[in-house]
Amino acid sequence: MTDSTGKFGVGGLHHLGIPNRRQFFQLGAGAAAGWTLSGSALAQTERPSNPPNKPRGQVIAALSQEPTVFHPLMPGIEVDQGVWWQVFSPLWFIDPEGKFVPDLAREVPTIENGGLSADGLTWKIKLRSDVKWHDGTAFTAEDVKFSLDLINNPDFRVRSRVGHSLVKDITIVAPDEIHWRMEAPYSPYMSILSLTFIVPKHILEKVSDPNASPFHNAPVGTGPFRWGERVPGDHIQFNAYAGYHGKGPYLERLVFKYIPDLTVLYTQFRTGQVDYTGTQGILPNFVQEAKALKGRKIFVSSTSSVEHIAPNLEFGPFADRAVREALYLAINKQAIIDALNYGLPLQTESFVPQQAWSFQQGLPQHKYDPAKANALLDAAGWVRGSGGVREKGGVKLEFTNSTTSGNAVREQTQQLLIQDWRAIGAAMRVNNMPAAVIWGDYWQQSKFNSVIVGVNFMLGSDPDVTPRFGSGAIPAKGGRGYNTYQYQSAEADRLLAEGAKQFDLAQRRTTYGDLQKLIRNDLAILPLFQAFIAEGVKEGLQGFSPNINTSSNCWNVREWYWA
Amino acid sequence: MARYVLNRLAQAVMLLVIVSAIGFAILHLAPGGPLSQFAASAQMTQEDLDRVTKQLGLDRPLPIQYLDWFGRMLKGDWGRSYRDGEAVLSVISSHLGATLELMTTATIVAVLLGCWIGILGALRRYSLFDSLATVGAMIALSIPTFWFGLITIYVFSVTLGWLPAGNRETVGDGSFLDLLHHLIAPAMVLALVETAMWGRFMRSSMLEVINQDYIRTARAKGLPEWRILTVHALRNALLPMITVAGLQFPTLLGGALVAETVFTWPGMGRLFLDSIGYRDYPVVMGILMFSAIMVLIGSLIADILYAVVDPRIRVG
Repeated sequence: MTDSTGKFGVGGLHHLGIPNRRQFFQLGAGAAAGWTLSGSALAQTERPSNPPNKPRGQVIAALSQEPTVFHPLMPGIEVDQGVWWQVFSPLWFIDPEGKFVPDLAREVPTIENGGLSADGLTWKIKLRSDVKWHDGTAFTAEDVKFSLDLINNPDFRVRSRVGHSLVKDITIVAPDEIHWRMEAPYSPYMSILSLTFIVPKHILEKVSDPNASPFHNAPVGTGPFRWGERVPGDHIQFNAYAGYHGKGPYLERLVFKYIPDLTVLYTQFRTGQVDYTGTQGILPNFVQEAKALKGRKIFVSSTSSVEHIAPNLEFGPFADRAVREALYLAINKQAIIDALNYGLPLQTESFVPQQAWSFQQGLPQHKYDPAKANALLDAAGWVRGSGGVREKGGVKLEFTNSTTSGNAVREQTQQLLIQDWRAIGAAMRVNNMPAAVIWGDYWQQSKFNSVIVGVNFMLGSDPDVTPRFGSGAIPAKGGRGYNTYQYQSAEADRLLAEGAKQFDLAQRRTTYGDLQKLIRNDLAILPLFQAFIAEGVKEGLQGFSPNINTSSNCWNVREWYWA
Repeated sequence: MARYVLNRLAQAVMLLVIVSAIGFAILHLAPGGPLSQFAASAQMTQEDLDRVTKQLGLDRPLPIQYLDWFGRMLKGDWGRSYRDGEAVLSVISSHLGATLELMTTATIVAVLLGCWIGILGALRRYSLFDSLATVGAMIALSIPTFWFGLITIYVFSVTLGWLPAGNRETVGDGSFLDLLHHLIAPAMVLALVETAMWGRFMRSSMLEVINQDYIRTARAKGLPEWRILTVHALRNALLPMITVAGLQFPTLLGGALVAETVFTWPGMGRLFLDSIGYRDYPVVMGILMFSAIMVLIGSLIADILYAVVDPRIRVG
């Protein structure tokens, strides 16, 4: 067991002097059986100021969801991405500052370096020639072509073809260079490729069924860690890949430990059984206590997810902008942030995270103003009827609000909303459902009145929200996206189309800035706050770096090491 | 006896068919589905979801899906998990060991301790021991497992640091002592409730037996008390316990939903919870069928044992 400084237990005892009762117990039992003492048995005993020359030590990262999808091109959730980052590599990735950093590619293609044609239609990618798959086979442009072809293979159960379906005429110029043509200019593809992990042709071309093969449960990649073992329902172990082409890995072993209950997860972090708390991190109510723990560091960082009230804009009262504005003014957002979320999240007015290059400063700030809300509704013709509930033209200002059952904070938020909105003559009823129910047809086919949901609107780090706010992306109307709000705006469509064609950052910033102003003005969503995650690491574990541009803060475990 | 067993087996098969049809219908008719988890993320559009739904065959009419599943199951193909693509039987077997380890330990402790408490309570009826055992059993049966589990973790892991706060083993260790170290707390929590239950059953069974005429006769014959207890009383008092054990058999393999979650124990209970949460239909159906088979086997074994142990019982 590592002690509070991240040292190996027995080594630590020598430094600490008299062992405590727990250490004594472990020492005695361990001595009796030649017991390897620890969750982090390989953690280091010395304190180098720099990363070690060769991989050393182990990290146990606790996850509240179990990774189960190991083929990086198949449908998976955020926690699966944590595995993909260890085993596979993309052509390039986005660092915490939002910069593209080459990985399997030698350089990130731009118009300036000739990687992209001025019209954005021709892509020329130069690849590293020193990369080897975990089984020793050389990585080449064939693998990139195979991955893109596989994504567009109709028999393959791919996660998404957004962007990829535009790729045509793939040409392998050399083992380390590949070109293709895009059917239409699509600048978000840079960002999509940053989360597209390349798979090995030499293994997958031999399988008869691309959706089921031994590779799916024992993947081979070019990433910093090789697949070790998986004990279903318990943990996955990765071992350092000595031939990794990038920085690191500095750890000998990485273990993803599945602990479904967040209280138990925190307890195991507290008792030292795990070194890092990932996925949903530490519950907000434990954050203050966790910060006081000896030998632990707590990182509270923003995520890309924006917690908001999603109105169904085709549902009676919500079609009226005045209603949406009145409801928004009547929400005591600060109380929700402070009282229910311990003051940890950031207030926001945009769907774009505040750390992103595309974030629009200076959007109109929300102000809790029930009097103004009442006046707005009065002016819009919503008059108070029986029971104090407003109505207009026979339509009552009453609606349901839904969220995932058992999400205590959101359920408490609903109670505050009921109070806030009752004060302006709006009646809200709670209609919560289990996750598998609410996020099914109820959400996808816009069968809700309103929902509290956290959504990451970004495509990697790209602000293209065509699938979220485009008129053609409404599933309930046969659209190809997830515009479940049923938001329709000709101006938004124009801006989205323009932004997707632009490759100049300054131009794109302006375009998406205008879009944020428009969405804020239309109140297509009622933003509550930009979500946060509180993660804990043991003191001595270096290199942890939250990255808002990925779904998993395990994106750079290759650079973690014990000091 | 052979005819009896064959009859029971035929009934069991019919029952399995009914259970599978009802289970399949309820599971698939419940709102939501295996792809709901992707709907709130930005990674898959409605078009992507529709495509995958079709690829998984979930767009077909329910009866067709059921017949397809049932037909494959008859051939020994229980399907593949929607989550990790593993064969269902392989998924179940990978969790079975952990559950067996935990439940068997807890049950052995509970049976030994519970029977001892029950017998002693019956022999010393209304004594201080009996009263304490009765109150203790009521408390143990009333405490929610998750609460007792969390308290156990708080006291023995967080405060005293004697036991790990969950997990089946230390990754990379897995020695016998390490496994034992991790087993103590969850087994203790589960055994507490089971001990109380076995104690109550044993007490009432024993009480019924020791008041029978043949016990009085044995005493009148001048037999020593230990012989009356072991040969005459205990043998008969244990008979109803066979039924209890038969009903407990599926529980041994079915796992403990709450304890496995609180103690991060990778067993069948947690697999079932996770699979329900993700609407992993093949795995949920697999567990359902597996449990149903175990219930039928358990009750069949109990009936047969009953007939073997008690010559008064005749089957035909």
